[in-house]
Amino acid sequence: MTKTRAAGRTVGGLRTLSLQAPAVTLLLLWMIVPLAMTVWFSLQRYNLLMPEMTGFAGLENYRYLFTDPALWTAMGNTLLLVGAVLVITVVGGTLLAVLFQQEFPGRGVARVLAISPFFVMPTVSALVWKNMMMHPSNGVLSWVAESFGLPAVDWFSSLPLTSIIIIVAWQWLPFALLILLTAIQSLDEDQVEAARMDGAGPVAIFFFITLPHLKRAISVVIMIEMIFLLTIFAEIFVTTSGGPGLATTNLAYLIYIQALLDFDVGMASAGGVIAIILANIVAIFLVRMVAKNLES
Amino acid sequence: MKLTRALPLATLTAAVAAASQAQAQTEITVATVNNNDMVIMQSLTEEFEAAHPDIELDWVVLEENVLRQRMTTDIATQGGQFDVMTIGTYEVPIWAERGWLTPLDDLPEAYDVDDLLQTVRDGLSHGGTLHALPFYGESSMMFYRTDLFDEAGIEMPDQPSWEQVYDWAGQLHDPDNEVAGICLRGKPGWGENMAFVSTLVNTFGGRWFDMDWNPEIDSPAWQEAISFYVDLLGNYGPPGASSNGFNENQALFSSGKCAMWVDATSAAGRIYNPNESEVADRLGFAPAPVAETPKGSHWLWSWALAIPASSEKQEAAKTFIQWATSREYIELVGETEGWTSVPPGTRESTYANENYQQAAPFADFVLEAMRGADPTDSTLEPNPYVGVQNVGIPEFQSIGTQVGQTIASALTGDVTVEQALQSAQRATERTMQRAGYLD
Repeated sequence: MTKTRAAGRTVGGLRTLSLQAPAVTLLLLWMIVPLAMTVWFSLQRYNLLMPEMTGFAGLENYRYLFTDPALWTAMGNTLLLVGAVLVITVVGGTLLAVLFQQEFPGRGVARVLAISPFFVMPTVSALVWKNMMMHPSNGVLSWVAESFGLPAVDWFSSLPLTSIIIIVAWQWLPFALLILLTAIQSLDEDQVEAARMDGAGPVAIFFFITLPHLKRAISVVIMIEMIFLLTIFAEIFVTTSGGPGLATTNLAYLIYIQALLDFDVGMASAGGVIAIILANIVAIFLVRMVAKNLES
Repeated sequence: MKLTRALPLATLTAAVAAASQAQAQTEITVATVNNNDMVIMQSLTEEFEAAHPDIELDWVVLEENVLRQRMTTDIATQGGQFDVMTIGTYEVPIWAERGWLTPLDDLPEAYDVDDLLQTVRDGLSHGGTLHALPFYGESSMMFYRTDLFDEAGIEMPDQPSWEQVYDWAGQLHDPDNEVAGICLRGKPGWGENMAFVSTLVNTFGGRWFDMDWNPEIDSPAWQEAISFYVDLLGNYGPPGASSNGFNENQALFSSGKCAMWVDATSAAGRIYNPNESEVADRLGFAPAPVAETPKGSHWLWSWALAIPASSEKQEAAKTFIQWATSREYIELVGETEGWTSVPPGTRESTYANENYQQAAPFADFVLEAMRGADPTDSTLEPNPYVGVQNVGIPEFQSIGTQVGQTIASALTGDVTVEQALQSAQRATERTMQRAGYLD
């Protein structure tokens, strides 16, 4: 990689840095002001319902947050949710991409249908799943179960996190499919043909040609999905409200509870800071991994 | 300009300004809940605007939890977004103490404050002054299907006990015909499952806090009450009980899917209305069941209209809330929407009204239940708080929500009742410590 020193170059006698300065300053303000305010609030005793209790709290908010068993449950749920959805969407997306690459009648329509769940708003898809699919008495799934003589499953009470994972995976699978399908289309047909001539079966072609070809696309899918999946909220809010108990409370929902149900701005900000740190840790590792993949 | 000439000019300008102000329309923003009675209020906007041409109404109608968040953030930050807020007996004393609400000490004679039910009025007062006007009020009671009771040969006593209810639920539970023995609230929330669960705990002899504000959620009375609740609803409840709140249960009961239902008296008007309920002609009612003690076995709640101190349109807002909670409004609804649809539980005169008496067989019963609920003395052992189904401290929203979630997880069988109550106890202790009640 060749390194360029933007600050050193000049355009029309002006250093480029001075031209970039307004944009950079604006971006910094855009990012730093909310961040600084969050950090500031997290050090304050600030509850909307108790205006008489104010002042600097030091690390008290963090102390209460870290001794709260709900935080660890929420962290665990967040990672479980992100991990499970990633596995489902990447594996499912790859297989579907290979499938939809084949020639078959009505392929165009089938592709559009397979991709369409991604364009449904999260709240809407959560409502549809809650009331029309997973409802224990009116839902399609209970009807299917009953027509096989099985008892209806009360999804959101007996399998709460699994239900959320299913809904979120249903939404994000099309995204993975879309990216991977585009990638698979750039696969050199001659290469596949040559492999086939050498006697490679479809499984071998998939593992030795298609999969390595998709490596970059898969890492992009993982990175983008992870950023969005860390903040899943609407699906939980609409279906289970984080419950029963804490079974489906993730970090985003925990912060929501503290900010808008307990009106504890200090605690919620502390939670926000934790979330920022977590997201950054994840992002640093991911960016490294993806960058490495893209370079090679 | 000389003063002699300036003076009349100034008076003239003032007069013109006053005249144009009277002409100008004041638009007030009313925040309210999407419950049936409030939707009727919204549909009567034109009636109000015709009577008060200088006031225009702008509505913000939201689901209860969302509304509460918007209003609390607005009033706590002095946002001034709303001129009229719909709040409950829980918020009024707390918000009034903070000086967030406009005291209503200058109500006109014609409003007839003395006509308001005493218990409701006390609930909406702070320091002896009303800070909100009641829109509708409710207690809780038991509804049951007389046809199913007759079939099974069960006779309803004047005061059922929870033990009897358990037996009956077992006899009437019939999942093959989609009839559950009993429907109860299971959806978490301090205003949802905890409203009901608190009354159950009260009547089993438990309380939220002892006199020094130590939580008592892991006490034997709580264990007994919650185990009973989990057994009853788990064995004889409808499917998906842990996500059913008031509205869901009302839909189930009025479509004939529950044999018994213990919930708000305000539901009576709707399930007795043949247009909205399939079981309107087969209904019986009884007082909320009791266990150890009748104290606190039925709750007291009212939705009321209040004016935030931050509103800049105090006068117009006052005119509106007086109209919406007046005797004339109740009559207007009775005539246009039918008498079972009038907002119940606020005025003695509603219950003295012959039209209402005829349309609503439950009228006297509800009045008795409302008079009998005492928020200042709701538990077997003394307690330091005001409230039957809630605790009148700001921290209760958070505590009630947390405990509600934990109890819902006991209901679905994720954790045992004992574990649930222990973790609820710990969480409540933490919150109380943080708020400075405990060391």
